[in-house]
Amino acid sequence: MTDTLAPSPSGTGPYFGAYGGRWVPEPLVAALDELSAAWDELRVDPGFRDELAALHRDYTGRPSPLTEVPRFAQHAGGARVFLKREDLNHTGSHKINNVLGQALLTRKIGKKRVIAETGAGQHGVATATAAALFGLDCTIYMGEVDTDRQALNVARMRLLGAEVVPVTSGSRTLKDAINEAMRDWVTNVATTTYIFGTAAGPHPFPAMVRDLQRIIGDEARAQMLERTGALPDAVLACVGGGSNAIGIFTAFLDDPGVALWGLEAGGDGADTPRTAATISVGRPGVLHGARSYVLQDEDGQTVESHSVSAGLDYPGVGPEHAFLADSGRATYRAVTDAAAMDALRLLSRTEGIIPAIESAHALAGALEVGRELGPDATLLINLSGRGDKDTTTVARWFDLVDRGAVQE
Amino acid sequence: MTGSVVEARIRAAKQERAGALVGYLPIGYPDLATSIEAAITLTRHGVDVLELGLPYSDPVMDGPAIQAATTKALGNGFRLRHAFEAVREITRASPDVPVLCMTYYNPVLSYGVERFAADLRAAGGAGLITPDLVPDEAGEWLAASDAEGLDRVFLAAPTSSEQRIRRATELSRGFTYVVSTMGITGARSDVDSAARTLVERLRDVTDEPLAVGLGISTGQQVAEVLGYADGAIVGSRLVSALGEGLDALADAADGLAEGTRRR
Repeated sequence: MTDTLAPSPSGTGPYFGAYGGRWVPEPLVAALDELSAAWDELRVDPGFRDELAALHRDYTGRPSPLTEVPRFAQHAGGARVFLKREDLNHTGSHKINNVLGQALLTRKIGKKRVIAETGAGQHGVATATAAALFGLDCTIYMGEVDTDRQALNVARMRLLGAEVVPVTSGSRTLKDAINEAMRDWVTNVATTTYIFGTAAGPHPFPAMVRDLQRIIGDEARAQMLERTGALPDAVLACVGGGSNAIGIFTAFLDDPGVALWGLEAGGDGADTPRTAATISVGRPGVLHGARSYVLQDEDGQTVESHSVSAGLDYPGVGPEHAFLADSGRATYRAVTDAAAMDALRLLSRTEGIIPAIESAHALAGALEVGRELGPDATLLINLSGRGDKDTTTVARWFDLVDRGAVQE
Repeated sequence: MTGSVVEARIRAAKQERAGALVGYLPIGYPDLATSIEAAITLTRHGVDVLELGLPYSDPVMDGPAIQAATTKALGNGFRLRHAFEAVREITRASPDVPVLCMTYYNPVLSYGVERFAADLRAAGGAGLITPDLVPDEAGEWLAASDAEGLDRVFLAAPTSSEQRIRRATELSRGFTYVVSTMGITGARSDVDSAARTLVERLRDVTDEPLAVGLGISTGQQVAEVLGYADGAIVGSRLVSALGEGLDALADAADGLAEGTRRR
């Protein structure tokens, strides 16, 4: 059994090289201190680890399988390709790994209400699920653009008993949902925990979310060794805020022979204004409580990001990714909307697996990297979520539905 | 530290009256020229210290009134250089009223902290209020503000530990911003009793000026706050008034300034 909360080679924060920290209003510092202290205790507490392990096993359905995809791999230069199937988790993505841990933490510090931001809705659904499971009040902030394009997930959250608040400020996407959740938290911090969805934000979130997501890579590393007798040549994951990527990268950070690839949302192209490729084209700054790469103009105003994928449509990125990019340990590359959608369709047709649009960015990256590495290579892709939520977007993109059958 | 014009102005107001009125308006709302005129109007209607907000894309401490105004300013083409232009014009027109800029930190970081400090000073600005910069992360700004002799206002909150309160007051220059209540900017019917308690905690560790902000919107509230603090900070009420025009703004400022008369 792997030690799923083992220390990361990148450390426990608050800083990852020049990145991370706490760039927040003073009223939030006490709550962040409270979370840090509680997490420092819990992560080494055997009772907590047993309880979390039981939830992973009996509720989420872990360990998630490792699936080899040979028909898809034919399009990736003939390399062997394996998928880490986070799409098969309860609630449909890797987000549940993080949420269950933070919900247990919320219970430990005695708070009764949780809030969360969500982009694609996967983190919101996972948080609403955990809130139902633990009997917590739950409010989810979601940009109005995203409540429209992910309407099914809004319905799921409401069905689970959460209040969903469409956010109408700014670009009305994930970044504005985070702003609104932070405003709620500043106001209600005495009763409320903010269950942050990605490995970004102020300390301790980047380290805590990473610790809770590293189970992906810990499992996958052992599964690869068992299945192939060797480590993969490359590990690939999509990066928005970066929680699924850091979750699978962490187990391989000390394996120098394993290349780590983060695939960012290129939108129309990283060389166009309509992109969300933060590391590829952004520069260091402060956003949402952490110093990291930010898509910003010359005045330091955040630039609106664009991606067909709501979950990657974010102008920031977790600070540990900024650190791994600068150090060269991981490489980040942008994948366009069109390339991601083609990869989504390819996996669907060759393997009978419909991935989330987010995860399809990693698949598209693997098609490129596989061709570059050649037929002897072995690739491990984090399939972070399933595509059910994206059916409407995909149907419109590929014109799959008879005229009149999709309501505007 | 001596030499802060903001501190001097607040101490004088406390001597002559019940205390100081700190008035907030965002630069560029509803447009740059009107925002400059509006700030000058405040200096002529009882505001002792100006707090000029720099519009920012992600203002997590601001409520709906100020968000709407700064979003409009950004939509109208606010650029950082306009802030320095505005400070220059306002301090030229009203040299006796010190001007602090309220800014989220990324624009400062992006501009270059030293360069920002030098240009702000050259424009006649007194310093910065930094709502999302805590002393823990402020090393570069502490050095730059020392080098330029600028004031720096950190926040103290009801949830701040004794150690953090002490550090905020030690490092602040001009005044320490006492966050009256847990929340964001915007008018409230009653200013939290937490403000009085927090001012008492701060008084135990500092003799430097303390100004209370968040939720203050009437002359009566200004008077109440000045019963235990040195300054009262008003933002959303003034922004809403400016939405109705400069005359409404002047009336609102007069009403708030009533609260600074010694009772």
